[in-house]
Amino acid sequence: MKVLENLYYTENHEWVRVEESKAYVGISDYAQHSLGEIVFVELPEEDDELNAGDVLGVVESVKAASDLFVPISGTVLEVNEHLEDQPELLNEDPYQNFIAVIEISDESELDELMNSKTYTEFCDE
Amino acid sequence: MTILKRTPIYEEHIKLGAKIVDFASWEMPIQYEGITDEHLTVRNHVGLFDVSHMGEILVTGQEAIRFINKLVTNDVTKIKDNQVMYTLMCYEDGGIVDDLLVYRFNEEKFLLVVNASNIDQDFDWILNAAKSFRVQVENQSNYYGQVAIQGKKAQAVLKEATKTNLDEIKFFYFLDDVEINGIKCLVSRTGYTGEDGFEIYAKSDQIVNIWRTLLNVGEAFGIKPIGLGARDTLRFEASLPLYGNEISKEITPLEAGLGFFIKLDTDFIGRDALREQKEQGLTRKLVGLELHGKGIPRHGYPVLNEAEEEIGVITTGYMLPGHENPLALALININYTTLGEEIKIKIRKRLVDTKVVSKKFINKNYKK
Repeated sequence: MKVLENLYYTENHEWVRVEESKAYVGISDYAQHSLGEIVFVELPEEDDELNAGDVLGVVESVKAASDLFVPISGTVLEVNEHLEDQPELLNEDPYQNFIAVIEISDESELDELMNSKTYTEFCDE
Repeated sequence: MTILKRTPIYEEHIKLGAKIVDFASWEMPIQYEGITDEHLTVRNHVGLFDVSHMGEILVTGQEAIRFINKLVTNDVTKIKDNQVMYTLMCYEDGGIVDDLLVYRFNEEKFLLVVNASNIDQDFDWILNAAKSFRVQVENQSNYYGQVAIQGKKAQAVLKEATKTNLDEIKFFYFLDDVEINGIKCLVSRTGYTGEDGFEIYAKSDQIVNIWRTLLNVGEAFGIKPIGLGARDTLRFEASLPLYGNEISKEITPLEAGLGFFIKLDTDFIGRDALREQKEQGLTRKLVGLELHGKGIPRHGYPVLNEAEEEIGVITTGYMLPGHENPLALALININYTTLGEEIKIKIRKRLVDTKVVSKKFINKNYKK
């Protein structure tokens, strides 16, 4: 299982990469592996205003649909539309293929998230 | 705490790297390499399934035929020795207890093969129904292990493992003295994928030997072990019902489109209710749906008409390998069941356009 350094992680297996005031959000390698083959991704709309913990989208494998939660409050700036036609990109490289970019409204929320070391331990439990 | 049951092949699944899930209180492989790959392996080559969790109930005695004809919806007086029949058991109100295969050894000996999730309730139901008949009913589910080999090359693989001439086993027939690697097996030409293939029963402590043998001799034919994930996508693509989805206590066989297996001129439990339903006309029916928007219809999602009134529910839905659009089976109001009818599915908060299509998502490849 691949865990990248310099990302934040959640207990629901989302990752967050911060670039200035923007947060790129995706699903971890652990998540894509547990889900199996991803066949559909439901993305949020641009300009959606979300609170941390709201549903950001839905990732569906052959067998089931799984909600994806937004780890940090803010406005959706961009969505990764490639995933609509190629949902399998999340299996191929979950860290290169973000799901949405959020304009961060409260940076202190990042403190609630796990770093790569804590997340690795969390997954090993 | 529930202790999950394991089939005699469990350790092999672990060795093969299966992802294990809880299925009807059994620890079963959901997939090995991946559902899509396994689905296509069965469609294009051949796959091997561990179905040892299925239930086997033996009915013997002088009144075996008379009893089973009371128990099930199909007419078992119509089958010969060594023949298999698909049928259902119903409650008095026409709701479904289970669907099953009936194996006829002779007029006094039948094996009923039932769904893993229903074994205990089926056994109780059958015992109770048997009270006024001179028959013995035994739950032999722990005695038998079972594997299924399915796909175009199923016969070619099995041929490598037995001296029995498999052409003797026609579609929905069986032989109970087939020897595979020195082990006596019951082999029927049946299955749950829409492909030609065989279901093989052996004593539970010997089934793992059959499993290994078939994987070995099947290697040259591209055989792979197949998990429950692909078992479900395959049976769905072949439009075969799953208990708890297309059929249940709340659904009658007529509504599920299984009228072919209901012989209303015989006297079975639930017949009067089904006769009445047929006379009065169905109010809902199982249909195929094809989506023309984004999303995957899942079991339980509501189906709506143009006016956004709820007219039914999805029983199973998938994005299947090789199909352009997501497909579903749905139980809906009879007024919307015409082919081509345009209706909607509610997927989370969105309404997605869909059209009623034939349930024949694929042409079945049975070798008759």
